[in-house]
Amino acid sequence: MQRQASRFILSRASAASMRWRRPFSTDLPAEASGDSKFIDAWKKVVPNIEPPKTPFSYMTPRPPTPSTIPSKLTVNLVLPYDSILAAKEVDMVIVPATTGQMGVLPGHVATIAELKPGILSVHEGNDVTKYFLSSGFAFIHANSVADIIAVEATPVDRIDANLVQKGLAEFQQKLSSATSDVEKAEAQIGIDVHSALSAAITG
Amino acid sequence: MAMAALRREGRRFAVPLISPLRSSLAPSEYETMEQAVSGARSISTQIVRNRMKSVRNIQKITKAMKMVAASKLRAIQTRAEKSRGLWQPFTALLGDTPSVDVKKNVIVTVSSDKGLCGGINSTSVKISRGLYKVNSGPEKESKYVILGEKAKAQLVRDSKKDIQLIITEWQKNPLNYTQVAVLADDILKNVEYDALRIVFNKFQSVVSFLPTTTTVLSPEVVEREAEAGGKLGELDSYEIEGGETKSEVLQNLTEFQFSCVMFNAVLENACSEQGARMSAMDSSSRNAGDMLDRLTLTYNRTRQASITTELIEIISGASALQG
Repeated sequence: MQRQASRFILSRASAASMRWRRPFSTDLPAEASGDSKFIDAWKKVVPNIEPPKTPFSYMTPRPPTPSTIPSKLTVNLVLPYDSILAAKEVDMVIVPATTGQMGVLPGHVATIAELKPGILSVHEGNDVTKYFLSSGFAFIHANSVADIIAVEATPVDRIDANLVQKGLAEFQQKLSSATSDVEKAEAQIGIDVHSALSAAITG
Repeated sequence: MAMAALRREGRRFAVPLISPLRSSLAPSEYETMEQAVSGARSISTQIVRNRMKSVRNIQKITKAMKMVAASKLRAIQTRAEKSRGLWQPFTALLGDTPSVDVKKNVIVTVSSDKGLCGGINSTSVKISRGLYKVNSGPEKESKYVILGEKAKAQLVRDSKKDIQLIITEWQKNPLNYTQVAVLADDILKNVEYDALRIVFNKFQSVVSFLPTTTTVLSPEVVEREAEAGGKLGELDSYEIEGGETKSEVLQNLTEFQFSCVMFNAVLENACSEQGARMSAMDSSSRNAGDMLDRLTLTYNRTRQASITTELIEIISGASALQG
């Protein structure tokens, strides 16, 4: 009985020491992808907790910048509730930047562009798909990858013209009756969006 | 008639011997009487029976909670998976900088409002404390922004002076982007920061969650780091369209990044919460089932033992009369 008890304690102790040894080992393959400086700092201060993951370890890898300009542009169009286009290869996109419509071809110079409400058209051969974007950002990377982030995007053919006219009238009325600066700004945003919408339908 | 007469006879004969046991009573009467004589000869099973009833009720509740968590998880899992595209462009552009060395660190701890969901909240809190330690030093300060009741309960105890903002009860309605954007705006308005470190549990599967930290830098720090080279060095090669100045665009960009990252973090954490609750409730209903089995066994054994004892007493009494 006694002998068994001592063996039990011994095995427990060795298991515990194993558990303690593991965080100190340096050659863990999974941690190579993270920020090594951060992981080192973490281990020095908090040795008994595994360092948290960082977004880099979940990222789908991005292609390196090729030496020649590729023939296609890779586009990601993401919304909070969906990814409409994910790594889709197209010929050209035209994004509604605040400085005006901006055409993006493969090999475009790296750019960060703020977007205004307007039409995003995606050209793929002879097919043109048009989306209405509310606003957001577009990043064009040097490796011919374009990321477009918007809060809301709908295909243009699914917009109701009557509702747009009604909304426009409503916000115009709100602007005329607005008293504070905040109300005025809100009404102005509504008018901007709705006039962009009506331009998108007619245009 | 004959039977009744016989029983009367039997009772008259047997009463002096059997009366402490009252074995001649009907079963329903027997049960009520049993409590009265508890401790006399047979062991009372009343306590075990009550305990069995309560365990069975607990099992019913945990099973129901598991079902609710499973159905909620299914709804939120698709949303969380669809929101995963949202933060990737920002990480591709602004990089992943958990090791950035700045003065004002703000740790945004995402947790749940409700408990009974395993260890996800304490993991969040532990990681937040770790980040606090990593980023503390002379001339540096770290503050907490807490989302959710559970992390608040844990952090208020020892780091009350470092808590800058507590937001609770934001999960009552199904989460959408507008709501999270308002929340993010609240945080940005009330907190001065150089780097925001968001701590949440990323959902991997129903049984595994990865504690994760995402770093969002303030526009000034982004500009400084981009000029200094290193991880953000590539940012200088980007042309910037729109806005009056570069810093204005960067401010819009980082604020938008924060709201997008928060949206994903909140969804992932809610998803992990439901998954953890589901597995916790599953194991507790299984545990209740095991307990019930053990209790039933004890109960039956005790009951049988008492019946056997009584039978022996009756038989030996009867044989004593005969002999």
